[in-house]
Amino acid sequence: MYKGQSGMWAWLLHRVTGVGILLFLLIHIVDISLLGFGPAVYDDGIRLFDFWIARLLSLALIAAVLFHAFNGIRVMLIDFLSKGVHYQKIMFYIVLALAVVCFIPMAYFVIAPAVSNFFHLAAAK
Amino acid sequence: MRISNGYGPRPASGGFEAFSWYFIRVSGIALIFLVIIHLLVMHVTTDVACTTFQFVASRYANPLWRLFDWLLLTLALLHSMNGLRVIIDDYVPSLTWRVRIVSILGILTLAFFMLGTITIIAFQNVPASLLGPHCVQFR
Repeated sequence: MYKGQSGMWAWLLHRVTGVGILLFLLIHIVDISLLGFGPAVYDDGIRLFDFWIARLLSLALIAAVLFHAFNGIRVMLIDFLSKGVHYQKIMFYIVLALAVVCFIPMAYFVIAPAVSNFFHLAAAK
Repeated sequence: MRISNGYGPRPASGGFEAFSWYFIRVSGIALIFLVIIHLLVMHVTTDVACTTFQFVASRYANPLWRLFDWLLLTLALLHSMNGLRVIIDDYVPSLTWRVRIVSILGILTLAFFMLGTITIIAFQNVPASLLGPHCVQFR
């Protein structure tokens, strides 16, 4: 396998996360359209988001969004700053670090309610 | 021959490709704010299991939230479909197939855009929703 350098991985990850987010978006448009069928049907659909697999997929989505957004900023800095391309490698590591740092608190907010529900620690609002 | 001026590569042929190149970047900037706020509202300030019909109704009582969601819908669809078009251009050598596949992409974009727009515009609160649960649980 060709083991490329940081630039290639950045490009590849950007594509993969982009397509992943798009696939989620298409499903999401359909599940939100359930609003048209009234509260009973819609709330039943929302129930699916509480399923632990759905919460894990939400985490994957959040990670994908964070990387794609930060790397997108890196791409624009490369495109629009004349010295941008010289710093592409450093920027890639910053992008990865920022994505991880921003992911951790979001992961907490997604997982915490499931954990507290599982152990009946807090009364549901 | 394209001579580097130190800036990033941009489509030399102008026209639609150049517009698409700029559009992806400009919409990307807008989307950063739209998506981050959307994720914060849906997952951080509220548990996702509490984003019920009531929750949507209270947000959509303010038409600015509908506008926000519609902008998110439109820009995300156009940004991602344009990106997908670039990917297809990379991997499909035959012109005939490119035309066919990108046409299908265009039709899909239109279909999802219409579905999303109708959902946002036509949403009306239902009095019975106040009787429903504030949060739902899977089990």
